[in-house]
Amino acid sequence: MDRNMDRSEVVIVGELEEGKIASITAELLTVGRTLADELNATLSTVFVGNQISPEVASEAISLGGDKVYIIDTPLFKDYLTDTYVAALESLDREVKPGILLLGHTTLGRDLAPSLAFRLKTGLTTDCVELSIDAETGCLRKTKPVYGGNAWATYVCDAGHPHMATLRAKVIPPLKRDASRKGEVVHFDPQLDEATARVKVIDRVREEMPGARLEGANIIVCGGRGIGSPEGFKQLEELARILNGAVGCTRIPSDNKWVPASYQIGLTGKVVSPSLYIGMALSGASQHLAGISGNTTIVAVNKDPEANIFSRAHYGVIDDYQKVLPALIEECRQLRSSGSPGGDDKLEE
Amino acid sequence: MNIVVCVKEIPDPEIPASAFRLDPESKRAILPGGRKLVISDYDERAVEAALKIKDSLDSKITVLSLGRESAQDIIRHCLAMGCDEGILLSDPLFDDSDSFATAFVLAEAIKRKGEFDLILCGRQEGEWDAGQVGSGIAELLGIPSVTTVVNIEIRGGRVVMERLLWDGHEIVEVPLPALATVSSEIGEPRYPTFRKVREASKKEIPVWTSQEITPAKPQNRLLSLFIPSHGEGKCEFIEETSPEGKATRLAMTLREAKLI
Repeated sequence: MDRNMDRSEVVIVGELEEGKIASITAELLTVGRTLADELNATLSTVFVGNQISPEVASEAISLGGDKVYIIDTPLFKDYLTDTYVAALESLDREVKPGILLLGHTTLGRDLAPSLAFRLKTGLTTDCVELSIDAETGCLRKTKPVYGGNAWATYVCDAGHPHMATLRAKVIPPLKRDASRKGEVVHFDPQLDEATARVKVIDRVREEMPGARLEGANIIVCGGRGIGSPEGFKQLEELARILNGAVGCTRIPSDNKWVPASYQIGLTGKVVSPSLYIGMALSGASQHLAGISGNTTIVAVNKDPEANIFSRAHYGVIDDYQKVLPALIEECRQLRSSGSPGGDDKLEE
Repeated sequence: MNIVVCVKEIPDPEIPASAFRLDPESKRAILPGGRKLVISDYDERAVEAALKIKDSLDSKITVLSLGRESAQDIIRHCLAMGCDEGILLSDPLFDDSDSFATAFVLAEAIKRKGEFDLILCGRQEGEWDAGQVGSGIAELLGIPSVTTVVNIEIRGGRVVMERLLWDGHEIVEVPLPALATVSSEIGEPRYPTFRKVREASKKEIPVWTSQEITPAKPQNRLLSLFIPSHGEGKCEFIEETSPEGKATRLAMTLREAKLI
């Protein structure tokens, strides 16, 4: 890329959560820093939105960035595929980045493919490793395939920028360095409302009882064997006592025993609790793909052949319906006598 | 309404991890003996989404599949579920298509077929798990796309879709023609009836090759495919005579490990 002045930037599409930099963006800045250093390139972050706080830019710089683009007009108040693709297409024309990275989030899953096709370049989604190919200088993109049973490494031979989405929680974020200096550029893609073909009528947030799944330190997860919404009420009871959150595999979400936002795995959320208790679930690789980091896995399943036991640290071979009430009672008693080190707080 | 559904055949995702093998030569999974390719689950849900529309609104559903000869089987399955016609896109020149080349061939086939109002795809297929082809077709055709859709309603010319967000869902209004990618929460695919299976087995499935559709060059090149090491640990099984005893021992063990 240093052979081509036009391609001397690594650009990250930043995300905000309640006005602050999302954890996935901090993770992208860590990867982006390594790639930019190797290429001797500038690491930039672009934030698209409305009424973005000025602190966002300085935060992105203290987390490793060199430059921040702010695209901030009322048109970008809510995410819409059409407006965000058009804004980033316009930025791409101006900046000509060599590499463009997004998070594999609700936003990135929707935005990245449309944007890649608009820019006529190759995208690899849900990457767990990103590096520079020593031979070609191309971005090497490694992602799980076949439901997580295998990993594949790709390079993009044709087109620029080289694009990838990064799976959440596979990279620890850099430590903040408030002394870092950088440049902030306000960019106006000059779009009008007609850009948005799809109109949002309503957005509904599902309130989850207890801790938020993504930040929870303890997760109680239920699978097919839970069998009903009532079964999940019991899991919620255990999660409440442990100050944790409830998750599920695909089947309970498909059957609407719990909201879809409970789903952990390839088509759900990526979580990294310190303790994960899996109840009545088989442990398909598509589900395990959503558990990352240093998680201690406990499995309760009556089938000793269940795949979950090949990944679990502690296993109970029994009917969850018989184990759970006693486990709830034990935990209630333990908790009332104090938590192990007062470390109930969430990760984020 | 003219609906197009794109479906793909993949190795059965239910094959247990312990039986999963790779062929390093072809950079593909090896099917364990006796296993057939199956329709990708989300694609089957997309077929169901199309049929739900047809249940209440006069519609014609065309199924497209890019694949080998064997993909005829999944097209027939879709016809047996209630789709009206199917076209197989098959040519050795299509074989190593990445997301870009796949979307290109499908978009060209849709253009060649002619009229369409709504295109439905699965949110991602279960082989490469890329989740790009749906949005890609929409971009290539210049129509809007809505991803991870769990409900589609057509009320007097207005198309309203519900799509998943990480913390809930949103309701959007979509002008036609449009493309939607479907998530599994849309509902279980229906079973074909015996009569429909018999009818489907007699239907002609045209095959379009590179004679009809010029393929595109892939954008991405697969360098390597490998089985990652998960550092699988030994599982410590909690042994007690009663389930209650196991629960107590488990709680104690987790407390000692300072986990709860």
